[in-house]
Amino acid sequence: MIDASLSELAQALSGKQISSVELTQLFLERAQRLNPGLNAFVTLDPEASLAQARAADERISGGQLQPLTGIPIALKDIFCTKGWLTTCGSKILSNFIAPYDAHVVELLKGAGAVSLGKTNMDEFAMGSSSETSHYGPVRNPWDRDTVPGGSSGGSAAAVAARLAPAALGSDTGGSIRQPAALCGISGLKPTYGVVSRYGMIAFASSLDQCGPMAKSASDLAVLLTAVAGFDVRDSTSLERPSEDYRRDLDRSITGLRIGLPKEFFGEGLAPDVARAVEAALADFRRLGCQLVDVGLPQSRLSIPAYYVLAPAEASSNLARFDGVRYGYRAPEYTDLRDMYMKTRAQGFGAEVKRRILIGTYVLSHGYYDAYYLQAQKVRRLIAQEFADAFRLCDVIMGPTAPTTAFRLGSKTADPVQMYLNDIYTVPAPLAGIPALSIPCGFGDTGMPVGLQIMGDYFQEARMLGVAHQYQGTTDWHRRRPAGCD
Amino acid sequence: MALSLDDVKRIAQLARLEVTDTEAHQVLAQLQAIFALIEELQSVDTRGIDPMSHARPVALRMREDHVTDGNLRELFHSIAPQVGAGLYLVPKIIE
Repeated sequence: MIDASLSELAQALSGKQISSVELTQLFLERAQRLNPGLNAFVTLDPEASLAQARAADERISGGQLQPLTGIPIALKDIFCTKGWLTTCGSKILSNFIAPYDAHVVELLKGAGAVSLGKTNMDEFAMGSSSETSHYGPVRNPWDRDTVPGGSSGGSAAAVAARLAPAALGSDTGGSIRQPAALCGISGLKPTYGVVSRYGMIAFASSLDQCGPMAKSASDLAVLLTAVAGFDVRDSTSLERPSEDYRRDLDRSITGLRIGLPKEFFGEGLAPDVARAVEAALADFRRLGCQLVDVGLPQSRLSIPAYYVLAPAEASSNLARFDGVRYGYRAPEYTDLRDMYMKTRAQGFGAEVKRRILIGTYVLSHGYYDAYYLQAQKVRRLIAQEFADAFRLCDVIMGPTAPTTAFRLGSKTADPVQMYLNDIYTVPAPLAGIPALSIPCGFGDTGMPVGLQIMGDYFQEARMLGVAHQYQGTTDWHRRRPAGCD
Repeated sequence: MALSLDDVKRIAQLARLEVTDTEAHQVLAQLQAIFALIEELQSVDTRGIDPMSHARPVALRMREDHVTDGNLRELFHSIAPQVGAGLYLVPKIIE
């Protein structure tokens, strides 16, 4: 049951082979038993989860079954959940019980899904290793001395260790895809604006996007179908007809044109990752796909542009944490200004402070044009380059991350080294296009490797179909880490 | 561009972040390394390129100016650090 797909779970629930309460108990038991070694969950509330499961069982008895009814889903702690702590990995929100549900949480509850708990993450989603959490680092289930990636490392580790059938994450510069790659699971960042950001704590608003994390592409399609759609409460939510993202899963990929950007296969890419990705590309060729070269020379500018734009937007978004209306307030202060200064100094961790300072600087008088505006212009160059590339191919493929999971603590002292992990994941959110990662093998040390598939705007269904066809002929996505029985 | 210790202290003030001298020194070295990375942007010719502030070419939606979520004051005050007389309380700023 722990390895079952979402559609297999739905069948078992509708066929009364298992109840939602039994299924939820199964995953809660696993989460309670295995979480101490992984630190994937920061909040578990078995009583509340089981109450939702009982309600789901009643719906199932009444014949009101939707694809996720009765299925437990883990939620990254960036999504507001009414009645539960929502910490965003930060001390400054250590006492924050959200007064409302995020839009995606509402949709999942409306579909009868069970909220299984809240997953650990880099503080305010700023990180690539899930080590900046105030609640301690997440460990990679494949090797507990290595990182799970980040920032959605708790969601990735929970799915990889089978503590949850699927999870929601968020991606600003790679925070779904990179941990999916490092933990050997599948994860999708949708087109910007496809999933509502209402109730998802803001990091960089022009980049942030919620997306599904699961064992397989077909599970991603089920979960994305449940959480996507227009929401009037998110001013950048796109008004489009809703989609069934499962529609292309069985579509043939014969003749599919796969674009290969040489910039994604050059210096900095670890040889073992390159080998696994190239083997996957050979598999796609055997499946009848055509490999074509495309150029993304401006993608080298993605990291500098991202590390201007994201901190700038973050410094503005995080101005709201001031100790006045919610969250942590410093115990001692002399006046209002001192209260702000001490609350924020004590409430934010080192990485968040660094990014607030970068952002404040690039937005400050005399530097706005040189940095922020220039980065926005470079962002357009990057987006245009993708548009040109998609005239030559249907999807673009490459590695998700330059290396497999690295050791805990090995990059925390050097922010620049940490930022360079995002080299292959940052271009897609800058352009706003959808991108996913699926497992495609293992590196020299037995750690998972992720294959990234990028598509043009709104091509999620097609991309999921491409990933599903690959997963129909390979079993990388079925592998489970040792010690997670 | 050389970032100085004074710059760090000034932007920390702007960002309302208290920093000690030791922290400011540490942060300075890290920010200098990060700005060395960012500096590459300056070499790009972007004449005639429109800045891209949104992933899709859309305009923000307008709406009628009326209350849609009712009076949630008590709910929001229930999670605030300090409230009184229906207001958020902060240290006195006017003598």
